[in-house]
Amino acid sequence: MGNPMKIRASVKEGVTEVKVLMQHEMETGLRKDADGKSVPAWHITEVKAQHNGRTVLEGHFGTAVSKNPYLVFRFKGGKQGEKVSINWVDNTGDSRLDEVEIS
Amino acid sequence: MINLERRKALKVGGSLGLLGILATVGLFHPGMAIAKDGKSTFDAKTLDEALDALGVVLPESNVAIRLTVPEIAENGAVVPVTVESSLAKTEQIHILVEKNPLVLAANFVFPEGTESFVTTRVKMRETSMVIALVKADGKFYRVAKEVKVTAGGCGG
Repeated sequence: MGNPMKIRASVKEGVTEVKVLMQHEMETGLRKDADGKSVPAWHITEVKAQHNGRTVLEGHFGTAVSKNPYLVFRFKGGKQGEKVSINWVDNTGDSRLDEVEIS
Repeated sequence: MINLERRKALKVGGSLGLLGILATVGLFHPGMAIAKDGKSTFDAKTLDEALDALGVVLPESNVAIRLTVPEIAENGAVVPVTVESSLAKTEQIHILVEKNPLVLAANFVFPEGTESFVTTRVKMRETSMVIALVKADGKFYRVAKEVKVTAGGCGG
């Protein structure tokens, strides 16, 4: 299981804004280490955010998303105390799921 | 930059058919999948390849898309990008970096009820255009801005 994400979700005037900071190296596969060997590609490929069992965002990442990916998005609805969950999968098959309560 | 003349030529087609035209211009090799979904388009190495793989034929510039990027990125490894679309029925937003070795950085799908807005951070190897492609109501629209990069972001 990958490293934990930091998620903040808050609702204002009927719109929930979610900010996520994922922890992941996001290696492009183009970098060489100190010995000159290629560092293999290792990066999140898919992200899914859900609220009340419904997908509210789907993302596909290539290698050009920065290390420790940061995302902000907004969806209509959501009440304080309800949960938003974010799930990512990377190119090695590793994954991580975290959830947060809307504040 | 996109060669608009070439894009129109691809659209016209003629007797060769689309795959034939693409083979002629070197964009299609037997065995290479041209996929319309987000995943395999991440292998595109030029902007035209990425647009072809996404199924974009002739994107139109559109002012209803707001692309926010810094004019100068001091650190090419972490360049903030925000895309907001006020086009009706926005379904997807794609972020491309023209001069990156792999052009498509990310794409996002917005179900109904989710605002057509996303902020993220991308790596840029060098000064380049950052392009936001928005799919709305089945059509593609685009907006692009140049970001100057003083220190490249791929670690190489």
